[in-house]
Amino acid sequence: MISTTDQRTMTILDLPGATPDDVAFPPWLATMRRAAATRFAELGLPARNDEEWRHTSLRSLQSTPLVPAGGTASSLDAGVVNAAALPGLTGPRLVFVDGVLSADLSSLDALPAGLTVLPLSEAAARHETLVREHFGVLADGAREAFTSLNTACLGEGTFVHVARGVDITEPILVLAIATGRAATATHPRLLLIAEESSRASVVEDYVSLGHVPHLTNIVTEIFVGANAHVQHAMAVRETDEAFNISTLKVRQERDSYFASHSALFGGALVRNQVNPVLVGTGGHSLLNGLYLPRGRQHHDSHMRVEHQAPNCESRQYYAGILQDHAHGVFSGRIVVSQIAQKTDAIQQNRNLLLSKDAQANTKPQLEIYADDVRCTHGATIGELDEEALFYLRSRCLSEEAARGLLVYAFAREGLERIELAPLRDALTNLLVEQLPYRGLLDSFVGDEAG
Amino acid sequence: MTAMLEIRNLHVSVEGQEILRGLDLTIKPGEVHSIMGPNGSGKSTLAQVLAGRDSYDITDGSVVFRGKDLLDMDPDERACEGVFLAFQYPVEIPGVKTTQFLKAAVNAIRAHHGEDELDAADLMGHFREKMKLVHIEPDLLRRSVNEGFSGGEKKRAEIFQMAVLDPALCILDETDSGLDIDALKIVADGVNSMRSPDRGFLVITHYQRLLNYIVPDFVHVLVDGRIVQSGGKELALQLEEKGYGWINAPVGAGA
Repeated sequence: MISTTDQRTMTILDLPGATPDDVAFPPWLATMRRAAATRFAELGLPARNDEEWRHTSLRSLQSTPLVPAGGTASSLDAGVVNAAALPGLTGPRLVFVDGVLSADLSSLDALPAGLTVLPLSEAAARHETLVREHFGVLADGAREAFTSLNTACLGEGTFVHVARGVDITEPILVLAIATGRAATATHPRLLLIAEESSRASVVEDYVSLGHVPHLTNIVTEIFVGANAHVQHAMAVRETDEAFNISTLKVRQERDSYFASHSALFGGALVRNQVNPVLVGTGGHSLLNGLYLPRGRQHHDSHMRVEHQAPNCESRQYYAGILQDHAHGVFSGRIVVSQIAQKTDAIQQNRNLLLSKDAQANTKPQLEIYADDVRCTHGATIGELDEEALFYLRSRCLSEEAARGLLVYAFAREGLERIELAPLRDALTNLLVEQLPYRGLLDSFVGDEAG
Repeated sequence: MTAMLEIRNLHVSVEGQEILRGLDLTIKPGEVHSIMGPNGSGKSTLAQVLAGRDSYDITDGSVVFRGKDLLDMDPDERACEGVFLAFQYPVEIPGVKTTQFLKAAVNAIRAHHGEDELDAADLMGHFREKMKLVHIEPDLLRRSVNEGFSGGEKKRAEIFQMAVLDPALCILDETDSGLDIDALKIVADGVNSMRSPDRGFLVITHYQRLLNYIVPDFVHVLVDGRIVQSGGKELALQLEEKGYGWINAPVGAGA
């Protein structure tokens, strides 16, 4: 046990030894947890000389005092939670407050047949074989410090299973709220298994309410069965004091479809890592993202798409709008193994600089070992198009309205790729609140249908 | 009748090179003026300067529009006051739909004149009426502005916008370029339907062909940044027949 004094000076490196194991996990998971703690101690935090972290410094995270999550759920008024939640998502939901599952705020009633949504500990007890065969398989943390840290500090997580052939229309929501009552480090974990020919979508929403430094270190593992269709969305809506690191690992069987939508709307340091692996032929992977750092925020998206089977398609569309002194980083790696012939991969990263002090780094990386593939990539970093501005102003729009409309249109393009209408609308409304000239945008929003 | 537009001794340079060198032009309400001239004579510069493009240096002269100093206004203020430029090369704007910004445009004009905003239903009714003028399908206006439009669609969309915004002065910059004869007729019909005793037109063109369909009251020949000859519609026919060399000669001789 550790004393209160120790907690006050505790940093990220001390977390594995200090995080309480107050969630009842089976012995095999407890063993994994300990092994991950050892691995994390060996790995340490990545430094700038690690190419994957060249543009993102973790020094401020390393020096931030943190308190481990755990214990009983801090109470939070249902009204506050509903106000914080993305509107329009009325399906099953799990709500975590400062890393602890709140049964009262969650709603898992009347799930459709074939859909299982459970706290991870309960799933590990009731569906041990299934969980054991999947948990930590994609996110093994062998080389990734934050994945090891997540497993080492594992608290309650989310388990979703969609049975073969079952079509779930309503998205499942995982809402994690950081109250700001303490400098808490939380380690959200999600395991989603979509069996053959099933269809499901899940939304992870990370919100912070207070202005206290905290860490949200997320690991998500998704298994997309043959011919299954899975959509995953992540909204990061944290404050200027938040560190939000996420790792999404996906395995796609033959003829599967997977979409990842990332909306990075706030956080001091946001690192968004998405890694689908296409292991069956005919798979399609869409990685769609929008990052909107403001002030001195730093948003870093690292994509790694692995084509390990022939005839698969992947699409990466990432766009950033950089205001004030913000910094955006995009790195997209496409790895095509030798057997992955007829791979069709596209990567696009567009950056809009709205301030001379804003900065963007973009780095496409192709690793191609097959000879019959089509891989294209493009990256742009630029300001608003002066020709378009003049055109709109010659049509009576004030300079501010014209700029606002062009920025909105730039950002909205990514959101249009989201199939789930309530999510798309909710994110559009959030987007408008983040943009310059937002007061002028009302007449443009909601007119996308013409 | 008082002039709607009075351009006096206008001198305009780009990067130190003088493009317009003392241009004078007066347009009264109800008149259609055409400016013709060879490439590089300054026709498009004039159009852009009138619309408020700030990449030009105005070194001398004045432009008065309905009693106000036009050169002192921002582009959007000029548009709200009633100046409309149909672009030679309409700009493609990904992600922005024509109806989306036109609603804001109409209401900006109304606000400028102290009128209440129109609601979405009234605006759409107004749009539908004007679409018929230039044979535009609603689908076109739901796409991103000018993106993937054919040359004819772009020019028809410009005239549609002009009809919606109901300007006092319509400036058409080489609206005929890139149009086949059928598209040209549609565009010309749209323009002609807007002719009225209150409205002035400045039709800029390289070729006389457009003026068979939009018949001007006055034709001016612009050479080297100055109007060197003015006349009626028959002047355009002479130019078509003899080319611009015929105009250059007497001016050169007289200088």
